[in-house]
Amino acid sequence: MTRPIRVTVNGQEHERVVEVRQTLADFLREDLDLTGTHLGCEHGVCGACTVLLDGEPIRACLMLAAQADGRSVTTIEGVAPADGLHPVQEAFWAKHGLQCGYCTPGIIMSTCAFLREQPAPSREEIREMLAGHLCRCTGYHFIVEAIEAAAQALAPPTPRPTPRNE
Amino acid sequence: MKPAPFDYVAPATLDEAVSAMATGEGDAKVLAGGQSLIPMMALRLARPTRLVDINRLPGLDGIREASGMLEIGALVRQRALERWAATRSSLFAEVLRHVAHPPIRNRGTVVGNVVHADPASELPALLLCLEGVVVARGPRGERMIPADRFYRAPLTTALAADELATAVRFTLPPAGAGWGFAEVSRRHGDFALVGAVAVIALAADGTVARARLAFFGAGGTPVRGLALEQALAGRAATRALVVEGARAAAAALSPDADIHATGAYRRQVAATLAERTLTAALARCGGPR
Repeated sequence: MTRPIRVTVNGQEHERVVEVRQTLADFLREDLDLTGTHLGCEHGVCGACTVLLDGEPIRACLMLAAQADGRSVTTIEGVAPADGLHPVQEAFWAKHGLQCGYCTPGIIMSTCAFLREQPAPSREEIREMLAGHLCRCTGYHFIVEAIEAAAQALAPPTPRPTPRNE
Repeated sequence: MKPAPFDYVAPATLDEAVSAMATGEGDAKVLAGGQSLIPMMALRLARPTRLVDINRLPGLDGIREASGMLEIGALVRQRALERWAATRSSLFAEVLRHVAHPPIRNRGTVVGNVVHADPASELPALLLCLEGVVVARGPRGERMIPADRFYRAPLTTALAADELATAVRFTLPPAGAGWGFAEVSRRHGDFALVGAVAVIALAADGTVARARLAFFGAGGTPVRGLALEQALAGRAATRALVVEGARAAAAALSPDADIHATGAYRRQVAATLAERTLTAALARCGGPR
């Protein structure tokens, strides 16, 4: 059974006919060739396939492509500006927040949404958010540091008191 | 393709959804958030022949608070209730923080979690603790199913195969009541090995007007801690009474053993969590909601 859908992915509109049992993750990877969204467990546990749906992080393996009709999706391919890396990506690079990189796209998508809601998170809050993402390489320490660094990079500059010359 | 083939219908009205369920020959499933159903289909533990996607139905995404009740429509995401709770209910905020992870809560619905009936899940126990009701709609009309008659076995409820839950209603604790929530799990966001949630309201003379305790991960369904509720009712909640009642409530449980923990371990942890949640509830009595 198939169904026509119209979905906006990384700002570009696509009209496709999808099998109703195809997941959003498979649609992104196989139909749109956006293979940056990784699939680990394919049942919602590992977090590798996390993408943004209308700006909120969701598991792309736990949603049918047919359900994305009329919605807007952002994948890891839509995060970086044309001429470089997003500050969250920069921070993961600078702080060695990845080794094999398989879990990284999902963590970066979650981090982008997380820092928008909690611009100055504590380490405990970062770890609570990361509980939804499995990384089998890093032991998480550098990921936590990368997210802290990203928070600082994204924070608006704190206004410094102007020295007064009297 | 991970799931087995199925028919997909996305009705535009509740009546159409009800008739799509009724003509599904007992093998239709409601798709709301899909955070439990789609994994089960991916693993082929579930093979429904028809999915009735209710996401386009109007009027099911409301959170309504009226005369001491909180009604949550079938399309309210767990994250939406969490945001509501941030300023309205510290109890709901604390419970929801423990339900999986933000990307799951962004899609997963409150009603879906309640109806999925995982015995180790937090919201079914909260529904039981807060004397909740499931609003069900089927070809024979609408009916209310109280939480203490809703859960029958793991993943098994009083909902008929042709019924769909349109809302759940919680009785909000009265002003001045205290609450406690605790769970033991291997990682934050995992299903609990064992957990407990308690609400206590005190009378003007300081004795316990009502105590309500529910366990999760301690049997095939969420379970009330009746022994503790009865031990405290009408009496001054001394430490000795709480400890004794917690032990009695836990002794009445028959938790299953699995690869994560033995039944005996779960019963022992349940006693400790009952004591902790009751103690926390007493300490919060008289404070903000």
